[in-house]
Amino acid sequence: MNGFLSIRNLTVRLKNGSPILRSVSLDVAAGQVHGLVGESGAGKSMIGKAVLGTLPRALSVTGGEIWLDGTNLMSLSPTERRRRIGATAALIPQDPLTALNPSKRIGPQITRRLVDILGWSRQDAQDRALELLGEVHIPDPARVMRNYPHELSGGMRQRILIASAFAAEPRLIIADEPTTALDVTVQKQILRLIADMQTRHGTALLFVTHDLGVVSKVCDTLSVLYAGKVVEDARMHRFFMRPIHPYSAALLAATPTYTDPTGSLTPVSQAVIDGVEAEVAQHDARRAQ
Amino acid sequence: MRDARGDMRRPVGLRLWLSGGWLTLLVAGAIFAPWIAPKDPLMQDLFLGRLPPFWESGTEPGFWLGTDSLGRDVLSRMLYGARLALVVALVAGTLTCIIGAALGLIAGYYRGWPDRIISRFVDIWMAFPPVLFAILLIAVLGPGLWSIIIAIVVIDWTRFARVIRAEAMTQGAMDYVASAQVAGRKRFGTMLTEILPNVLPTIVVLLTLEMGIAVIVEAILSFVNLSISTDSPTWGGMIAEGRTSVHQAWWVLVFPLIALFLTVLSFSQLGEGLKDRFDPVLR
Ligand SMILES: Nc1ncnc2c1ncn2[C@@H]1O[C@H](COP(=O)(O)OP(=O)(O)OP(=O)(O)O)[C@@H](O)[C@H]1O
Ligand SMILES: [Mg+2]
Repeated sequence: MNGFLSIRNLTVRLKNGSPILRSVSLDVAAGQVHGLVGESGAGKSMIGKAVLGTLPRALSVTGGEIWLDGTNLMSLSPTERRRRIGATAALIPQDPLTALNPSKRIGPQITRRLVDILGWSRQDAQDRALELLGEVHIPDPARVMRNYPHELSGGMRQRILIASAFAAEPRLIIADEPTTALDVTVQKQILRLIADMQTRHGTALLFVTHDLGVVSKVCDTLSVLYAGKVVEDARMHRFFMRPIHPYSAALLAATPTYTDPTGSLTPVSQAVIDGVEAEVAQHDARRAQ
Repeated sequence: MRDARGDMRRPVGLRLWLSGGWLTLLVAGAIFAPWIAPKDPLMQDLFLGRLPPFWESGTEPGFWLGTDSLGRDVLSRMLYGARLALVVALVAGTLTCIIGAALGLIAGYYRGWPDRIISRFVDIWMAFPPVLFAILLIAVLGPGLWSIIIAIVVIDWTRFARVIRAEAMTQGAMDYVASAQVAGRKRFGTMLTEILPNVLPTIVVLLTLEMGIAVIVEAILSFVNLSISTDSPTWGGMIAEGRTSVHQAWWVLVFPLIALFLTVLSFSQLGEGLKDRFDPVLR
């Protein structure tokens, strides 16, 4: 095992048997940022959900291991697993609109983790929440604590979710496309904020995105996911210098921010996609035997 | 997406005032009936039969809304009738709500086998024609206050169960529920602290609607004489009696009808009004 989070041969299937994740392995080292890229529907979110134990009901883990801080989560009882995950990991979700409970004020939604998981007193939790809201640059934190989610903008909500994710000092944070639901001007600030917070708190971060430009800025290592399968697993500079897998190369060529921002986009060609499809099919055939 | 920033508090609407006002009046009237009813609601006096309401000629003092063919005071009977109507509304409405909403919440949030069992049960239940079901039940249980209440609960819990199940399902799929679980919350706790507050506005609307329905059902059952013993006054019973003499004494029919109408309308309006106040997103 060489990561704080180590996923080994994780397979997730729909209840009817069709695979969503095919024997996925990846590592997130302690205090490092690991990017997880891939197109929409590749299964990026499902990796995060499998780790956190929040897979949709239609899906279940049918094989593999998830090691978190030296313990295989799959070998724990559901209660023990939930306790362990709660104490170690947190999520920055994709959609700040549905990630806060609309009928509760912001304050209790942040302090809940501290009171529930760390057993802090309400007053201590309150103080810590105020401090955190300041840290994510929220003006007038005391007032915001009393607001309902719908009274705040998307960017504010995402800052609150970041504060809330870091609140209990988790050692792993999974950020699932934390900026896609925001408008472009806010995206940059939020990205910087997450990177800053990660550095300051020394948290391991699994950063899910489909934007290679973003990955190049914040990640140390990355995995490329295609159709539920990891097709490339690399350190950043090696990946950008010399992608091994044809899909990665094509993806890179299709990213304007990294190569030539003024140049025209090269969409991932059908030939490459066909190639990957064939490979995935081969893989399935091997497993079926 | 709704974007109601800041404190855009809506004023308490007219309908909340009107419906709340009528219901308050009714509750007060029902509670204090023994003290404020001008006459004994059961006292017959054939010499005072079919007296018109106070603004017409040929009335006797104290019989504000006239008398029925047996000389009983309409207003006093309506006040006592309100007692039964409100008791049925409160008890039947609340019981129906608790049972239906609890089952709906469990089915919608837990899904899986609890959902399969509850949903199948609801489907089968709803296949029975409700009125037939009610009459059958009362026939078996015998007329009486509790029979009416049980009949209402038994028939209407499915409405709550279905609506709340759908709402709980929608809420359960939201990210904030997953976050609560990642934070180490137990599933049952999550259901009560995360899901329930968000389906509460819907529960309130359904509950008040149900109270209105309970009032109607009670009236219908008294109308067909399946309610409680015939000598205690009920709106449905008064309507039934008034119907036979509508050409000679319209007031015996019309006043209880108006009361019934206003009460049912008020309950539903109260629900809508409260929902607006309850729902943080709409508030
Ligand atoms: N509740 C569900 N029931 C059935 N299939 C699902 C469910 N949720 C997701 N899937 C399937 O799982 C696959 C992976 O979905 P996932 O959400 O992980 O994609 P993603 O890589 O996160 O995409 P995006 O960039 O759009 O968020 C998709 O093909 C999707 O159809
Ligand atoms: Mg996703």
